[in-house]
Amino acid sequence: MTGHEYAVILVPSTSHALRAEKVLQQAGIGCKLIPVPRQLSSDCGVCVRIGRADQEAALRVLDAARVEIEGIHDL
Amino acid sequence: MIYFDNAATSWPKPPGVAEAMVHFLNEVGANPGRSGHRLAVEAGRIVYQAREAVAGLFGAPDPLRIVFGQNATEAINLALNGLLRPGDHVITSSMEHNSVMRPLRALERQGVELTVVPCTSAGFLDPADVAAAIRPHTALIALNHASNVVGTLLPVAEVGRIAREHNVLLLVDAAQTAGAYPIHVQADGIDLLAFTGHKSLYGPMGTGGLVIGERVDVSRLEPLKRGGTGSRSEREEQPDFLPDMCESGTPNAVGLAGLGAGLRWVRERGVDAIRAHEMILTQRLIDGLLSIPGVTVYGGHDAARQTATVSFNIAGLDCSEVGLRLDEEHGILCRVGLHCAPAAHRTLGTFPVGTVRFGLGAFNTADEVDAALLAVARLAREAR
Repeated sequence: MTGHEYAVILVPSTSHALRAEKVLQQAGIGCKLIPVPRQLSSDCGVCVRIGRADQEAALRVLDAARVEIEGIHDL
Repeated sequence: MIYFDNAATSWPKPPGVAEAMVHFLNEVGANPGRSGHRLAVEAGRIVYQAREAVAGLFGAPDPLRIVFGQNATEAINLALNGLLRPGDHVITSSMEHNSVMRPLRALERQGVELTVVPCTSAGFLDPADVAAAIRPHTALIALNHASNVVGTLLPVAEVGRIAREHNVLLLVDAAQTAGAYPIHVQADGIDLLAFTGHKSLYGPMGTGGLVIGERVDVSRLEPLKRGGTGSRSEREEQPDFLPDMCESGTPNAVGLAGLGAGLRWVRERGVDAIRAHEMILTQRLIDGLLSIPGVTVYGGHDAARQTATVSFNIAGLDCSEVGLRLDEEHGILCRVGLHCAPAAHRTLGTFPVGTVRFGLGAFNTADEVDAALLAVARLAREAR
């Protein structure tokens, strides 16, 4: 599938989401914390929404900062 | 009024602490880590910022390895009860507060072996004595960073090196030092740092936590309590990752908002500057007390080797009477008695009579110290 505007990164907890937000912002990558879409997880917390074009850069930055993620999905 | 009970809790709090708590209650209010709406995220952000501020202050590389709780006592209980098993050997000092001693005595009854390394009668610990107490099955060394009775600093960094050499974990109770004395968990070799928010971090009561280092195997850490975390909600088992595994139930987010403001104030003013200010006042207090006939000052009499907490007695006067008269006749508020630390008082030779304790803080002044010295001199003169 193509044409997705956003991707969402699932993380283990809200604390992880907030850490991811901080690390991404420091790297100049725009992001927003949103409720986890129901089709992706039954979790009641938040995930990190990024622009789809930033996907690879975001994963690199999070990996370098050792922020654990649970997956990345198109939105 | 002169507030000299900062070793029990700091007061007043810096500007911004109460305001941050009011802001949380009035403008944010939501449950952090639960729900995904804007206020829940904002609440989560305020808690996370406090986590980052703690990590920054103590040189902890990963803010997610900081577990918030009620106070240092809860953090110490988490570390001790969560990691020690029957058959393990644990080492502590004879200067500990009951926050360490009572959990250890309870674990001892469950089959954990305990060695209490004696300190000098001034309250100092020789790291070589700790090294000599290590056995093949020693799992952990638990030490307070500074005595809550006489302020004496224990050689945490030296013991940290010894602990690493022997592959033993080091738990430090920093209730009396966090914010008032420089702490760097990595440089000092601290694996578990228990801190409280309401003393020298200048936050409100009901805040504190445990910094968990990389050497601690989290899969072996038993949480004190289990329950909702807002994460992994589909599972009926406790999450296995930090901080959620040890943070069940709605946190004291209002308090953590205040703690965040307290931490900002500490960082802006600087731990080194606070320490320098308190050292000057402490030496002035010690020297002044030593010059009063009939006054016995406990500890090392050297501000460089202690925090801003000073214990003394007046010959012929019960410490409780001194406390009452300082309050009623001189408006000086302090703490008397055993300070929840019977082991420390036995070490100092002041058990069971106790001492009068002056706990100075960042907001005290030289004028207040001088006024207190005049009051103590008067009480001592009248008792002769």
